[in-house]
Amino acid sequence: MKFLERRLLHAILLLIGASLLCFLFSTLAPGSYFDEMKLNPQISSATVAALRSQYGLDQPLPLRYEHWVKSVLHGEWGYSFAYNLPVRGLVVVRARNTLLLTSLAAALAWLIAIPLGVWTASRPGQWEDRLSMAGTSFLLSVPELVVALGLLYCVIRTHALPVGGMVSADHDSLGLWGRVRDLSAHLIVPVATLVLASLPILIRHVRASMMEVLQAPFIQSARGHGIGRMTLLFRYALPAAANPLISLFGLSVAGLLSGSLLVEVISGWPGLGPLLLEACLSRDFYVVVGVVTASTLFMILGSLLADVMLAMADPRVRMDNV
Amino acid sequence: MGTDAAAKRGLSPAIMKVRGLSKRFVQRTPFSHKKFAIDALVDVEMDIAPGCVTALVGESGSGKSTLANCLAMLERADSGEIWFEGQEISRWKDRQLAPLRSKIQMVFQDSAGALNPRFSAARIIEEPLEIQNREHGAGLRGRACEVLAEVGLLPEWAERSPLELSGGQRQRLAIGRAIGLKPALLILDESLSGLDLSTQAQILNLLLDLKQTHALTYLLISHDLSLVGQIADFVGVMQHGGIVEFGAAPQVLGSPRHDETRRLLASARGLESAYRTARAGGRA
Repeated sequence: MKFLERRLLHAILLLIGASLLCFLFSTLAPGSYFDEMKLNPQISSATVAALRSQYGLDQPLPLRYEHWVKSVLHGEWGYSFAYNLPVRGLVVVRARNTLLLTSLAAALAWLIAIPLGVWTASRPGQWEDRLSMAGTSFLLSVPELVVALGLLYCVIRTHALPVGGMVSADHDSLGLWGRVRDLSAHLIVPVATLVLASLPILIRHVRASMMEVLQAPFIQSARGHGIGRMTLLFRYALPAAANPLISLFGLSVAGLLSGSLLVEVISGWPGLGPLLLEACLSRDFYVVVGVVTASTLFMILGSLLADVMLAMADPRVRMDNV
Repeated sequence: MGTDAAAKRGLSPAIMKVRGLSKRFVQRTPFSHKKFAIDALVDVEMDIAPGCVTALVGESGSGKSTLANCLAMLERADSGEIWFEGQEISRWKDRQLAPLRSKIQMVFQDSAGALNPRFSAARIIEEPLEIQNREHGAGLRGRACEVLAEVGLLPEWAERSPLELSGGQRQRLAIGRAIGLKPALLILDESLSGLDLSTQAQILNLLLDLKQTHALTYLLISHDLSLVGQIADFVGVMQHGGIVEFGAAPQVLGSPRHDETRRLLASARGLESAYRTARAGGRA
C-alpha cells in the first residue's frame, strides 16, 4: 500500500510540474490568438484589449496559472478562444475519438506481437525467425508518415475504403450494423498505420526478452520436468520475460492520447491531433495546455500502471519497494 | 567403461549406458558471419552403475556440462546412443520423453537462476509434481512440505521466495524439487560449487543421506577433485569432449594412467599447498 501511495504522490507532483512547464512554455511562445485581430481594421485595439482582459491574458503568469488550476478543479480546463467553449468539452469529445483509434491499434499490435515474438524466440535462426526479423527491420526503417501516405494512396487508387473522417455523411441514416461497418471502414487506415508503426518494436522486444529467459537455468529445469512446449513458452517463460514488456505496455498506455497525432492529421481522423494542430497554429492557448496536460495525465497513468503491474508480477520488485 | 568395474563389485547392470555420443555446436563469428564448429562431445562412451556415485571431472570447456545436458535430454546429441534402464532414449520425441523425465533429474550449479523467482518455495516443489501428475489439490501442498522437511528446510518457509533464502538453502530447495519426483538418476552439475566449505559439507551430507533413503544414483559433475575423492565410486576424466580415463575412483585418483588426470591431480595438489601456505602466512 505504501508503494502505491508513494507512486500516486509522485504522479500528482509530476502532473503539477508538467502542467506548470506547459503553461510557462506556451506563454513564452511568441504571438497570441488576439494578435491577428489587431491586424483587422474593423476591430479596435480597445476591443482587443478588452478581450485579452476578459480571458485573463493581461494578468501575470502565476495568477493566470492559479485561475487555470481553479478552472480545472471546476471541470472547465480553461476557455477556448477559437470555439468560445470550455476546453474540457472539446478535449473530451476529441479524446474519445483518439482513444477509440489508439486503444484498438494498441490491442491489435500487442495481440499480434506477443505470439509472434514468442514463436520466433523459440526458433532462433530458423527461416520463420529470419523472415520476421527482415519484416520488422523493413517496417522500422519506414517512417510512420510514409506508411500512412502509402496506405492512403492504395485506398484512394482502389476505392476500397472511405478516406478521411470518422464516419460517412449518411452515417445517421444507417442501421446499427451499417454504422458499425461504416466506422470500421474508416478506422482501417489509421489503425493499420499505427499497428504497422508499433509492431516491429513490440515484436523485437518480446523476442529479445523471451530469448534471454529461454536460456535461464530454471527454464532448463522446467524442461527437465517434462513440461509441454506451449506451457513452457506461455505459462513459464512469458511471465518471466514480462518485466520489460510490462514497461513497454505502460508506454503504450502512456501514448494512447499522444501517439497518434500525426496519423490523425494525415488520415483526417477527428481526434486530438487535428485539434492540437489547429490550436497551435491559432495560438488557442488553453486548448494547447489542455491537450498537453491530458496527454501528460495519460503518460503518468501509463507509467503508474506499469509500476503497479510490475510489482504485482514480480516479487523482486515488491521486495525492492518494501 | 564402468560396467566391468561395477560387475566386479557385484553391482547390477548399468542404469545408463552411453555409446559413441557426439555433439557439435556450430556458431557464427560476429561480423563476418563465418561458421565455425566446436566439438563439445566426441564419441563418448560411459556406463553409470546403479546406486553409485559416478563423477565426471575435467577442466572448463572439456564437455562435462554438455554431456550432463545430453544425458538429461535437455540437449540433443548429434549421434550416438543413450540407454536408460534398458531403453535407447536418444531419439525419443519430447512427448515420449515426458513421463521418463521424472526418472532423470538434474540439479544445477546456479541455484539462484535455477529456481523461478516468481514462485514460492512450496510452489517450486509442487510445479514438477503437477507437471508429472503426481499430486493434486491439498495432497500437493502436503507433499511439498514433506519434501521441504526432508531436505532440511522448515515447512514454515513454504511461502518464502527463493530470493529470501541463502545459497545453501536454495540448493537444498533445488535438490528437494528434484527428489520430489523420486528420480532414479540425479545429475549434479557443479551443484556444490560456489558454496562455502561448511555449507558444502552440509549439502554433501544431505546428498549422501538422500542417496541411502531413495536408493539414488548420482552423476556428479565437478572440478573439485577432493570432493570427488570423498564420495565418488567411479570417476571419468574428460578432455576436449571425450572421456580419456574412466574407472573406480581409488584407481583413477590413486594411480592415474592418463596425462590429463595427472595434470588435474597435480594442479589440485598445487592449489591445496598454496592454500595451506597462505593460511600459515596469515596465522604468522
